Amino acid sequence: MTSNNDSSISRIWAIIKRPTARYSLGTLLMGGFVAGIIFWGGFNTAMEMTNTEEFCISCHEMRTNVYEEYKETVHYNNRTGVRATCPDCHVPKEWNYKVMRKIQASNELLHKALGTIDTREKFEAKRLELAQNVWRAMKNTDSRECRNCHDYESMDFVDQGRRAVKQHSEGLDSGDTCIDCHKGIAHELPNMRGVDASAAIGDN
Amino acid sequence: MMIKKLSLIVVMSVLTGFSMQTIADINGVSSLRGPTDLDQATNAPTMKKYNKDEEPIARDYIQQPPLIPHKIDRYRINLKSNKCLSCHSWKNYRQYGATKISQTHFEDRDAHVLANVSARRYFCTQCHVPQVNAKPLVENEFKPITAISGE
Repeated sequence: MTSNNDSSISRIWAIIKRPTARYSLGTLLMGGFVAGIIFWGGFNTAMEMTNTEEFCISCHEMRTNVYEEYKETVHYNNRTGVRATCPDCHVPKEWNYKVMRKIQASNELLHKALGTIDTREKFEAKRLELAQNVWRAMKNTDSRECRNCHDYESMDFVDQGRRAVKQHSEGLDSGDTCIDCHKGIAHELPNMRGVDASAAIGDN
Repeated sequence: MMIKKLSLIVVMSVLTGFSMQTIADINGVSSLRGPTDLDQATNAPTMKKYNKDEEPIARDYIQQPPLIPHKIDRYRINLKSNKCLSCHSWKNYRQYGATKISQTHFEDRDAHVLANVSARRYFCTQCHVPQVNAKPLVENEFKPITAISGE
Protein backbone atom coordinates (compact mmCIF):
# COMPACT_ATOMS: atom_id res chain seq x y z
CA MET A 1 0.00 0.00 0.00
CA THR A 2 2.77 2.45 0.81
CA SER A 3 3.98 4.34 -2.22
CA ASN A 4 7.58 5.31 -2.91
CA ASN A 5 6.84 8.85 -1.75
CA ASP A 6 5.47 7.74 1.60
CA SER A 7 8.44 5.52 2.29
CA SER A 8 10.94 8.30 1.55
CA ILE A 9 9.07 10.73 3.85
CA SER A 10 8.95 8.16 6.65
CA ARG A 11 12.65 7.43 6.12
CA ILE A 12 13.53 11.13 6.54
CA TRP A 13 11.26 11.36 9.56
CA ALA A 14 13.04 8.34 11.08
CA ILE A 15 16.42 10.03 10.62
CA ILE A 16 15.15 13.22 12.27
CA LYS A 17 13.58 11.28 15.15
CA ARG A 18 16.56 8.98 15.85
CA PRO A 19 18.75 10.17 18.73
CA THR A 20 22.30 10.79 17.63
CA ALA A 21 25.00 8.53 18.96
CA ARG A 22 27.92 10.43 17.55
CA TYR A 23 27.48 14.06 18.75
CA SER A 24 27.13 15.24 22.32
CA LEU A 25 24.14 17.30 23.42
CA GLY A 26 26.51 20.21 24.03
CA THR A 27 27.84 20.12 20.45
CA LEU A 28 24.32 19.98 19.04
CA LEU A 29 23.15 22.86 21.23
CA MET A 30 26.18 24.98 20.39
CA GLY A 31 25.86 24.15 16.70
CA GLY A 32 22.17 25.04 16.75
CA PHE A 33 22.90 28.25 18.62
CA VAL A 34 25.56 29.40 16.14
CA ALA A 35 23.47 28.38 13.13
CA GLY A 36 20.54 30.26 14.65
CA ILE A 37 22.57 33.45 14.99
CA ILE A 38 23.82 33.17 11.40
CA PHE A 39 20.44 32.43 9.86
CA TRP A 40 18.46 34.93 11.94
CA GLY A 41 21.10 37.61 11.52
CA GLY A 42 21.29 36.86 7.81
CA PHE A 43 17.52 37.07 7.47
CA ASN A 44 17.35 40.42 9.21
CA THR A 45 20.35 41.77 7.31
CA ALA A 46 18.75 40.77 4.02
CA MET A 47 15.48 42.36 5.10
CA GLU A 48 17.23 45.59 6.08
CA MET A 49 18.93 45.67 2.68
CA THR A 50 15.47 45.82 1.12
CA ASN A 51 14.68 48.63 3.54
CA THR A 52 16.87 51.30 1.97
CA GLU A 53 16.13 54.08 -0.46
CA GLU A 54 18.81 52.66 -2.75
CA PHE A 55 16.90 49.41 -3.02
CA CYS A 56 13.57 51.16 -3.57
CA ILE A 57 14.84 53.27 -6.46
CA SER A 58 16.67 50.38 -8.10
CA CYS A 59 13.39 49.91 -10.00
CA HIS A 60 12.69 52.57 -12.60
CA GLU A 61 9.01 52.64 -11.59
CA MET A 62 10.04 54.24 -8.30
CA ARG A 63 13.11 56.15 -9.50
CA THR A 64 11.55 58.02 -12.42
CA ASN A 65 8.12 58.66 -10.91
CA VAL A 66 7.65 59.03 -7.20
CA TYR A 67 11.32 59.56 -6.31
CA GLU A 68 11.75 62.47 -8.73
CA GLU A 69 8.62 64.14 -7.32
CA TYR A 70 9.72 63.48 -3.77
CA LYS A 71 13.07 65.25 -4.34
CA GLU A 72 11.21 68.56 -4.61
CA THR A 73 9.39 68.19 -1.32
CA VAL A 74 10.26 69.19 2.22
CA HIS A 75 10.94 65.62 3.29
CA TYR A 76 13.92 65.52 0.92
CA ASN A 77 15.02 69.11 0.70
CA ASN A 78 14.76 71.50 3.63
CA ARG A 79 16.46 74.06 5.83
CA THR A 80 18.23 71.70 8.24
CA GLY A 81 18.99 68.80 5.91
CA VAL A 82 17.20 66.27 8.07
CA ARG A 83 15.41 63.97 5.69
CA ALA A 84 13.21 60.93 5.50
CA THR A 85 13.91 58.07 3.10
CA CYS A 86 11.28 55.86 1.43
CA PRO A 87 11.08 53.20 4.19
CA ASP A 88 10.78 55.82 6.95
CA CYS A 89 7.26 56.53 5.72
CA HIS A 90 6.34 53.38 3.83
CA VAL A 91 7.67 50.57 6.04
CA PRO A 92 6.68 50.21 9.71
CA LYS A 93 9.51 50.28 12.26
CA GLU A 94 8.13 47.58 14.56
CA TRP A 95 9.27 44.12 13.56
CA ASN A 96 5.93 42.31 13.30
CA TYR A 97 4.30 45.09 11.25
CA LYS A 98 7.45 45.34 9.16
CA VAL A 99 7.37 41.63 8.26
CA MET A 100 3.67 41.89 7.41
CA ARG A 101 4.42 44.81 5.09
CA LYS A 102 7.29 42.89 3.51
CA ILE A 103 4.98 39.94 2.80
CA GLN A 104 2.50 42.34 1.19
CA ALA A 105 5.36 43.61 -0.96
CA SER A 106 5.38 40.28 -2.82
CA ASN A 107 2.32 41.67 -4.60
CA GLU A 108 4.44 44.60 -5.73
CA LEU A 109 7.02 42.17 -7.11
CA LEU A 110 4.26 40.44 -9.07
CA HIS A 111 3.16 43.72 -10.64
CA LYS A 112 6.78 44.63 -11.36
CA ALA A 113 7.00 41.37 -13.32
CA LEU A 114 3.66 42.07 -15.04
CA GLY A 115 4.79 45.61 -15.90
CA THR A 116 1.59 47.11 -14.50
CA ILE A 117 3.09 50.61 -14.08
CA ASP A 118 6.18 50.40 -16.26
CA THR A 119 5.45 53.68 -18.07
CA ARG A 120 4.60 57.13 -16.73
CA GLU A 121 1.22 56.95 -18.48
CA LYS A 122 0.31 53.63 -16.88
CA PHE A 123 1.47 54.96 -13.53
CA GLU A 124 -0.61 58.15 -13.84
CA ALA A 125 -3.65 56.07 -14.80
CA LYS A 126 -3.30 54.01 -11.63
CA ARG A 127 -2.12 56.81 -9.36
CA LEU A 128 -5.46 57.48 -7.67
CA GLU A 129 -5.92 53.81 -6.76
CA LEU A 130 -2.32 53.48 -5.52
CA ALA A 131 -2.54 56.70 -3.50
CA GLN A 132 -5.82 55.64 -1.95
CA ASN A 133 -4.22 52.36 -0.85
CA VAL A 134 -1.53 54.28 1.00
CA TRP A 135 -4.00 56.80 2.45
CA ARG A 136 -6.20 53.95 3.71
CA ALA A 137 -3.24 52.14 5.29
CA MET A 138 -2.10 55.33 7.04
CA LYS A 139 -5.61 56.15 8.24
CA ASN A 140 -5.96 52.62 9.67
CA THR A 141 -2.71 52.87 11.62
CA ASP A 142 -3.42 56.43 12.84
CA SER A 143 -0.50 57.62 10.67
CA ARG A 144 1.94 55.46 12.64
CA GLU A 145 4.89 56.07 10.32
CA CYS A 146 4.42 59.87 10.43
CA ARG A 147 4.43 59.74 14.20
CA ASN A 148 7.80 57.99 14.31
CA CYS A 149 9.21 61.50 13.83
CA HIS A 150 6.27 63.88 14.30
CA ASP A 151 5.22 63.45 17.91
CA TYR A 152 1.95 65.22 18.72
CA GLU A 153 2.97 65.56 22.39
CA SER A 154 6.16 67.39 21.38
CA MET A 155 4.52 69.88 19.02
CA ASP A 156 4.98 73.43 20.29
CA PHE A 157 1.82 75.26 19.28
CA VAL A 158 3.49 78.59 20.10
CA ASP A 159 5.92 78.02 17.24
CA GLN A 160 3.20 77.03 14.80
CA GLY A 161 1.34 79.37 12.49
CA ARG A 162 -2.17 80.60 13.17
CA ARG A 163 -3.75 78.05 10.84
CA ALA A 164 -1.63 75.13 12.04
CA VAL A 165 -2.50 75.67 15.71
CA LYS A 166 -6.20 75.63 14.91
CA GLN A 167 -6.04 72.62 12.61
CA HIS A 168 -3.80 70.56 14.86
CA SER A 169 -5.60 71.21 18.13
CA GLU A 170 -9.10 70.76 16.70
CA GLY A 171 -8.40 68.14 14.06
CA LEU A 172 -6.25 65.70 15.97
CA ASP A 173 -8.46 65.93 19.06
CA SER A 174 -11.56 65.10 17.05
CA GLY A 175 -10.04 61.85 15.79
CA ASP A 176 -8.50 62.97 12.52
CA THR A 177 -5.03 61.73 11.74
CA CYS A 178 -2.08 63.24 9.85
CA ILE A 179 -2.99 61.80 6.46
CA ASP A 180 -6.52 63.25 6.57
CA CYS A 181 -5.07 66.68 5.74
CA HIS A 182 -1.46 66.04 4.70
CA LYS A 183 -2.06 64.30 1.41
CA GLY A 184 0.30 64.83 -1.51
CA ILE A 185 3.09 66.24 0.65
CA ALA A 186 5.83 63.89 -0.58
CA HIS A 187 4.52 62.98 -4.03
CA GLU A 188 2.23 64.66 -6.53
CA LEU A 189 -1.47 64.23 -5.93
CA PRO A 190 -3.54 62.07 -8.24
CA ASN A 191 -6.41 63.70 -10.09
CA MET A 192 -8.57 64.79 -7.16
CA ARG A 193 -11.78 65.27 -9.10
CA GLY A 194 -13.15 62.01 -7.75
CA VAL A 195 -12.02 62.74 -4.18
CA ASP A 196 -12.88 66.41 -3.74
CA ALA A 197 -14.45 67.92 -6.85
CA SER A 198 -14.40 71.37 -5.27
CA ALA A 199 -10.58 71.34 -5.23
CA ALA A 200 -9.98 70.33 -8.83
CA ILE A 201 -11.04 71.76 -12.12
CA GLY A 202 -14.10 70.38 -13.86
CA ASP A 203 -17.79 70.18 -13.19
CA ASN A 204 -18.40 66.78 -11.67
CA MET B 1 45.77 118.78 -39.62
CA MET B 2 43.59 115.98 -40.90
CA ILE B 3 45.60 113.39 -39.03
CA LYS B 4 45.47 115.43 -35.82
CA LYS B 5 41.65 115.63 -36.03
CA LEU B 6 41.35 111.92 -36.75
CA SER B 7 43.60 110.97 -33.86
CA LEU B 8 41.60 113.27 -31.59
CA ILE B 9 38.36 111.53 -32.62
CA VAL B 10 39.96 108.14 -32.05
CA VAL B 11 41.25 109.18 -28.63
CA MET B 12 37.88 110.67 -27.67
CA SER B 13 35.92 107.65 -28.78
CA VAL B 14 38.30 105.31 -26.97
CA LEU B 15 38.02 107.47 -23.85
CA THR B 16 34.21 107.64 -23.93
CA GLY B 17 34.01 103.93 -24.70
CA PHE B 18 36.31 103.27 -21.78
CA SER B 19 34.36 105.49 -19.43
CA MET B 20 31.02 103.94 -20.54
CA GLN B 21 32.36 100.53 -19.81
CA THR B 22 33.66 101.31 -16.35
CA ILE B 23 31.08 103.77 -15.08
CA ALA B 24 27.58 102.43 -15.44
CA ASP B 25 26.26 105.47 -13.57
CA ILE B 26 25.93 108.08 -16.32
CA ASN B 27 24.81 111.61 -15.51
CA GLY B 28 23.42 110.46 -12.20
CA VAL B 29 21.17 107.85 -13.81
CA SER B 30 21.84 104.31 -12.74
CA SER B 31 20.30 101.27 -14.39
CA LEU B 32 18.17 98.72 -12.55
CA ARG B 33 21.11 96.36 -12.39
CA GLY B 34 23.05 98.92 -10.36
CA PRO B 35 26.60 100.24 -10.87
CA THR B 36 27.96 96.86 -11.97
CA ASP B 37 29.87 96.80 -15.25
CA LEU B 38 28.23 95.08 -18.19
CA ASP B 39 30.78 92.29 -18.30
CA GLN B 40 30.41 91.55 -14.59
CA ALA B 41 27.72 89.43 -13.05
CA THR B 42 25.56 91.19 -10.49
CA ASN B 43 24.90 89.77 -7.07
CA ALA B 44 21.38 88.47 -6.72
CA PRO B 45 19.44 90.19 -3.95
CA THR B 46 18.89 88.09 -0.84
CA MET B 47 15.75 85.99 -0.90
CA LYS B 48 13.03 87.44 1.30
CA LYS B 49 11.08 85.24 3.67
CA TYR B 50 7.33 85.11 3.35
CA ASN B 51 5.35 86.40 6.30
CA LYS B 52 4.14 83.89 8.83
CA ASP B 53 0.42 83.28 9.18
CA GLU B 54 -1.39 86.48 9.96
CA GLU B 55 -4.95 87.76 10.10
CA PRO B 56 -6.59 88.63 6.75
CA ILE B 57 -5.02 91.80 5.29
CA ALA B 58 -7.34 94.77 4.67
CA ARG B 59 -7.83 95.79 1.05
CA ASP B 60 -6.43 99.11 -0.18
CA TYR B 61 -8.62 99.75 -3.22
CA ILE B 62 -11.88 98.63 -4.74
CA GLN B 63 -11.61 95.38 -6.73
CA GLN B 64 -8.27 94.49 -5.16
CA PRO B 65 -7.83 90.72 -5.07
CA PRO B 66 -7.39 89.89 -1.36
CA LEU B 67 -3.76 89.22 -0.40
CA ILE B 68 -2.73 85.81 0.90
CA PRO B 69 -1.93 86.19 4.63
CA HIS B 70 0.17 83.02 4.86
CA LYS B 71 3.00 81.11 3.19
CA ILE B 72 2.15 79.08 0.12
CA ASP B 73 5.50 77.33 -0.36
CA ARG B 74 5.20 74.14 -2.42
CA TYR B 75 1.46 74.51 -2.90
CA ARG B 76 0.50 73.02 -6.23
CA ILE B 77 -2.17 74.29 -8.57
CA ASN B 78 -2.58 72.13 -11.65
CA LEU B 79 -5.27 70.32 -13.59
CA LYS B 80 -5.30 67.45 -11.13
CA SER B 81 -5.64 69.39 -7.91
CA ASN B 82 -5.63 72.84 -6.38
CA LYS B 83 -4.14 73.06 -2.90
CA CYS B 84 -5.73 76.45 -2.20
CA LEU B 85 -9.21 75.15 -2.88
CA SER B 86 -8.72 72.24 -0.50
CA CYS B 87 -9.39 74.86 2.20
CA HIS B 88 -10.93 77.86 0.40
CA SER B 89 -13.60 76.11 -1.69
CA TRP B 90 -17.24 76.50 -0.71
CA LYS B 91 -17.30 72.84 0.25
CA ASN B 92 -14.27 73.05 2.57
CA TYR B 93 -14.07 76.58 3.99
CA ARG B 94 -16.23 75.89 7.05
CA GLN B 95 -14.19 72.88 8.12
CA TYR B 96 -10.90 74.79 7.92
CA GLY B 97 -12.12 78.20 9.03
CA ALA B 98 -10.85 79.69 5.77
CA THR B 99 -12.18 82.55 3.64
CA LYS B 100 -14.36 81.16 0.86
CA ILE B 101 -13.73 82.10 -2.74
CA SER B 102 -15.96 84.77 -4.21
CA GLN B 103 -19.09 83.91 -6.19
CA THR B 104 -17.57 85.74 -9.12
CA HIS B 105 -15.16 82.83 -9.46
CA PHE B 106 -17.95 80.59 -10.72
CA GLU B 107 -18.66 82.73 -13.77
CA ASP B 108 -17.17 82.12 -17.18
CA ARG B 109 -16.22 85.06 -19.39
CA ASP B 110 -19.75 85.25 -20.81
CA ALA B 111 -21.12 85.66 -17.26
CA HIS B 112 -22.66 82.17 -17.28
CA VAL B 113 -22.66 80.76 -13.76
CA LEU B 114 -21.02 77.32 -13.58
CA ALA B 115 -21.43 74.49 -11.08
CA ASN B 116 -17.77 74.64 -10.05
CA VAL B 117 -14.96 77.18 -10.08
CA SER B 118 -14.43 78.61 -13.55
CA ALA B 119 -11.25 77.71 -15.43
CA ARG B 120 -10.41 81.43 -15.78
CA ARG B 121 -10.41 81.80 -11.99
CA TYR B 122 -8.82 78.44 -11.16
CA PHE B 123 -5.18 79.56 -10.99
CA CYS B 124 -5.38 81.54 -7.76
CA THR B 125 -1.86 83.00 -7.80
CA GLN B 126 -2.54 84.89 -11.03
CA CYS B 127 -4.26 87.49 -8.83
CA HIS B 128 -3.72 86.52 -5.19
CA VAL B 129 -0.19 86.75 -3.81
CA PRO B 130 1.49 86.15 -0.45
CA GLN B 131 3.45 88.98 1.20
CA VAL B 132 7.02 89.57 2.32
CA ASN B 133 8.18 92.34 4.60
CA ALA B 134 10.10 94.32 1.97
CA LYS B 135 10.90 98.01 1.56
CA PRO B 136 9.19 99.56 -1.49
CA LEU B 137 11.66 99.89 -4.41
CA VAL B 138 10.52 103.44 -5.03
CA GLU B 139 8.82 105.94 -2.74
CA ASN B 140 5.07 105.47 -2.69
CA GLU B 141 2.57 107.76 -1.06
CA PHE B 142 -0.54 105.84 -2.07
CA LYS B 143 -3.31 105.96 0.48
CA PRO B 144 -6.57 104.01 0.30
CA ILE B 145 -9.71 106.07 -0.13
CA THR B 146 -11.57 106.73 3.08
CA ALA B 147 -14.57 104.73 1.86
CA ILE B 148 -12.66 101.49 2.40
CA SER B 149 -9.88 102.46 4.80
CA GLY B 150 -12.31 103.67 7.49
CA GLU B 151 -10.22 106.74 8.28
